[in-house]
Amino acid sequence: MLVLASVFGILLTLVTGAWPALKTFGFKFLVSKEWNPVTGQFGALAPLYGTVITSVIALLVGVPVSFGIALVITELAPRWLKRPIGVAIELLAAIPSIIYGMWGLFVFAPAFAAHLQPWLTDHLGSWPILGLLFQGPPMGIGMLTAGLVLAIMIIPFMAAVMRDVFETVPESLRESAYAIGCTTWEVVWRVVLPYTRVGVVGGVMLGLGRALGETMAVTFVIGNAHDIHASLFMAGNTISSTLANEFTEAVTPLYTSSLLALGLVLFVLTLIVLILARLMLTKMRAREGLRT
Amino acid sequence: MNLYARRKTVNAVALTLSILATAFGLFWLCWLLWTLVGSGLKWIHPRLFIESTPPPGTNGGLANAIMGSIILTAAGVGIGAPAGILAGTYLAEFGRTSRLGGVVRFVNDILLSAPSIIVGVFVYALVVLRAGHFSGWAGAVALALIVLPVVVRTTENMMRLVPDSLREAAAALGAPSWKVTIRVVYRSALPGIMTGILLAMARVSGETAPLLFTALNNQFWSTDMSRPFPNLPAVIFQFAMSPYEDWQHLAWAGALLITVTILGINIVARVLLRRSRP
Repeated sequence: MLVLASVFGILLTLVTGAWPALKTFGFKFLVSKEWNPVTGQFGALAPLYGTVITSVIALLVGVPVSFGIALVITELAPRWLKRPIGVAIELLAAIPSIIYGMWGLFVFAPAFAAHLQPWLTDHLGSWPILGLLFQGPPMGIGMLTAGLVLAIMIIPFMAAVMRDVFETVPESLRESAYAIGCTTWEVVWRVVLPYTRVGVVGGVMLGLGRALGETMAVTFVIGNAHDIHASLFMAGNTISSTLANEFTEAVTPLYTSSLLALGLVLFVLTLIVLILARLMLTKMRAREGLRT
Repeated sequence: MNLYARRKTVNAVALTLSILATAFGLFWLCWLLWTLVGSGLKWIHPRLFIESTPPPGTNGGLANAIMGSIILTAAGVGIGAPAGILAGTYLAEFGRTSRLGGVVRFVNDILLSAPSIIVGVFVYALVVLRAGHFSGWAGAVALALIVLPVVVRTTENMMRLVPDSLREAAAALGAPSWKVTIRVVYRSALPGIMTGILLAMARVSGETAPLLFTALNNQFWSTDMSRPFPNLPAVIFQFAMSPYEDWQHLAWAGALLITVTILGINIVARVLLRRSRP
């Protein structure tokens, strides 16, 4: 019962707390990028944009890599290597996010600014449209860095989920495919993946949910600026990092209320992602039941 | 022949790419751990455990923060775990097929994946605003809310693993259902439940976001839970973001300490689980 009470409590508190801000700004709260505590203007667009962009980057990088890891664990690695890699990945998923954040700030960001960023600007910066993403000063911290650190963070998590779903494929299916002469890749792409598609997507969604709500790792490296830039090198902000940075400093009731409204937006966002993921996993389980 | 060659090439390319991806992923993670050990180990020092956090420019340790974290985690687990075990018991024993059970299960999943900072905001509105100041109790409540869903989930799973025939045998001997649950099911599910609690403990001992605006932080030795409370993650956050080098060194040492603790708890939990399942 306590569980029920606490979730509804969270929702209720967020809604009532956010009410003044939502009433004052209405729908404009979601589409305005103004964020000015001095004049009392608040809009959620910049943090919302930052949240979405960093999560998208994290997924773009994280999904292929974790797919590769899961593939290696389930199909390629010899038996004696499977367990150590699997355990290592599960342990890495347990490292607190603040550690990732610190590492991102002190080690990754400087290295990134010194080596990768100039290269990206030189080679991709001159492309039409896409090039806009990679222009700007190589500061190290910014949206791209935040996205990459997030990717590194969710890789162990997603790889563990994918490995688990890959292992649900019946051995006989796999063996029949090999028996008619499929290559390993064909087995994975044509047999394992279609069989587990829904589960893999569900796992990715869970990873996305984690990336959306992640606070500490992002706060360290994103730069915390209420701006929207085309370039991924510029500092930005996410909902959670805004909350972490400004919550204790909010002086006016409207300020606090706007931050609560931001929290509400984030909660609803993760809720949607979670429900989608759950629906897919249930669907897959139902289909599995039909087959056996 | 051409077809075979193409299929072989595609296979080789794809497999190489996935091995590269694994190497790529593991490379970052190894780099991270290596840095952590490299820059943390240097600053591990006996002083760390006996002195409180210093002002910039002087020597000091993290004793108050370490102690604070231990107390906060214990309080959070102390509040969250019993509630979690009870809710899990309900789900596994009594609400297995009921509609309410399904709702609780779903809501528990929401709580499980809710961003921890939202939990912090909630507790801020609930406790801190009411009380008018930050306090250790608020931090403990926030941590308890994170412990709760983890324990609910593992308790339910573990109790479901207990075979029904065992329950039926006990019931056939005339045991009332509360006795079946306590004397039979708990006894065989105990190692699993302990594992769940340990994992939850590992998770909250590194949580930072919900503590930032509930327990806040405290520079001094404090065991008064109704005041702002010192804790390791918040100290790491504050010190790492600061421009002072000696503070940053302390942050690294603290980060190493937390990571080692959490990995240690995780490994203990794993061993415990494996031993219980022959």
